[in-house]
Amino acid sequence: MTGLLGVLAEAWSEVRVHKARVVLSLVGVFLAVFAMTAVTALGLIVAQVQQEQAERYGGRPATISVSGYDPTTGLPPAAAEWDAATGDLLDRYGVSEFATFRSSSALFRLPAGTQELPTMEVSPSYGELHRIEPVAGRWLVDADRDSLSPALVVNEFVLAQMGGGEFTGPRSVVLGGARPVTATVVGVLKNDGGEYPLVYRVDRSGLGVADTTVSSSYGFGPTTLELWVPPEQADAVVAAVGNDLSLVLPGLQVDAYRMDSPGVADSLDVLRLAIRGAGAVVLLLGGLGVFNVGMMAVRQRVREIGIRRSFGATSSRVFGAIMLESVVATLLAGLAAVALAVVVVANLPIEQWFNGGVPIADEPGFPVQAAVEGLVAAAGVGALAGLLPALLAVRVKVIDAIRF
Amino acid sequence: MSQLQLTGVGRDVRLPDGGVLPILTGVDLTVAAGEHVSIVGRSGSGKSTLLNVLGLLDSPTAGEYLLDGQDTARLRGRRRARLRGECFGFVFQQFNLLPRRTAAENVAAPLLYARGKDFLRRGRTAREVLDRVGLGDRADQVPERLSGGEQQRVAIARALVRRPRVVLADEPTGALDVETGRAVMALLAEAAAEQGAALVTITHDLAVAALADRQLRLEAGRLTPMTAAETAAATS
Repeated sequence: MTGLLGVLAEAWSEVRVHKARVVLSLVGVFLAVFAMTAVTALGLIVAQVQQEQAERYGGRPATISVSGYDPTTGLPPAAAEWDAATGDLLDRYGVSEFATFRSSSALFRLPAGTQELPTMEVSPSYGELHRIEPVAGRWLVDADRDSLSPALVVNEFVLAQMGGGEFTGPRSVVLGGARPVTATVVGVLKNDGGEYPLVYRVDRSGLGVADTTVSSSYGFGPTTLELWVPPEQADAVVAAVGNDLSLVLPGLQVDAYRMDSPGVADSLDVLRLAIRGAGAVVLLLGGLGVFNVGMMAVRQRVREIGIRRSFGATSSRVFGAIMLESVVATLLAGLAAVALAVVVVANLPIEQWFNGGVPIADEPGFPVQAAVEGLVAAAGVGALAGLLPALLAVRVKVIDAIRF
Repeated sequence: MSQLQLTGVGRDVRLPDGGVLPILTGVDLTVAAGEHVSIVGRSGSGKSTLLNVLGLLDSPTAGEYLLDGQDTARLRGRRRARLRGECFGFVFQQFNLLPRRTAAENVAAPLLYARGKDFLRRGRTAREVLDRVGLGDRADQVPERLSGGEQQRVAIARALVRRPRVVLADEPTGALDVETGRAVMALLAEAAAEQGAALVTITHDLAVAALADRQLRLEAGRLTPMTAAETAAATS
């Protein structure tokens, strides 16, 4: 135990005494580890952002879209029949994660006049499946289904149409129709990809409540069921669902397909690999600096090594001390570089730069993986750069060294 | 029992042209525990080689060297290094202090290779030994700020810090003026005696040699006792 402590103490003493040399040799490693860690962290965050962007549209891996319509009339099936058939399907396969959505429209009584706006009637689980993150207020919850005032989540464009201003709490808006009702806006979304209206409305189907505010002038889409299943089961689910529903609802055209983009994960993996490759090359160049200085330092320390041998230092002890000196030094440089990378990356406006100001649903923070990789890489470079100088130190002849 | 016993020890070096150059030839030497022996010789007579052999820094090419009755020819690698650290303290002509380390750090350096309490208490022990050589107030000075005499006293403290059984001093006063050299030599002899350590001093200074219990001469690789006349001349 004291042997190990001794090697560490010796290595630390060398680093402390030769501060200037050590610092100079470590500039390259510091910059390389900083670049590698920061770029890796940014890469992982950007990958997360891209994944979330893809999932906002296509759902999380794997999301299966299931819808049906009568091919002769083009109309959706009767809601009761469809709900019963899909309900049985979910029970049979034990699918607990799913969402529903249906395109519709409603007349909004806005300060500038009544406007018909497209709406999406969705189940509250739709938000989780599509990683929808309001910038103000909240997303829809199950309790909203029972509320007498239909709950809405709108984007900033619609909020501006409603009079704008800061969203500090639920706001009311009258939805016209045969029997107008007052709906409640509970959350606001960032305008994503342009100035167009976006309204999510809690799906109240199956409650026996006649919705009189849905405009009849807008084309209804069929109710779509979205299933969230393990990616490896996606193909089997697509086949089984299409087959089962066709049997239960004869004459109906059932469309079942995977919505999310499995290719995104592969392309992001390639991106991550490219980033790490670049980081490794930079780190290798930094390591060359440590190696050069290490070789020079050992040549200058021949006498010192001889003196230590006269104290009883074994070859393995000399080897270990020189190696550790290099590793301790690069590890310290790595720690400093990782710390700087954490500070820099944490203070970058990543949502503004990469996500159009839309909050990241699963805020990844600074990826621990990047920090660990940075430290391991620093230690690895230290070990590699210290290897040859350590071997050189072991070969020093004690007698010659003392006379040196 | 004698602590160090050399019988017919020789040391040759191989020359680049394939020839062999004898440095030591048939050296017989016995050093008892606590004894002070000095070896006098001209430059190139093999004094340092003999000291290196005694301190397990070098191995003889002929003869037998027993350390506490143990044949050193059988000692290899780690065991040899460990025994060197435990049994011997070295004092060099050029002090050989580690640059940019304080006096206390220099004295504590050999204890980095010790185990247990000796390792853990190395800082305190180093200061205690520096106190004993009269440098307690200079413990935090780096060698570059110490005089030659002070540097050699730090070296003596370093040689004694592991309580070695034998102190090997190679021209310990060679880099000092006469007066400082004498003071340092007296301190070295006193400190070694205080610890009960044998002291083997190599010197070309007869006055320094005269301080020892026994004086030997190394000439052309052979070790012989100094004559009574030589000893008398040295002590007068």
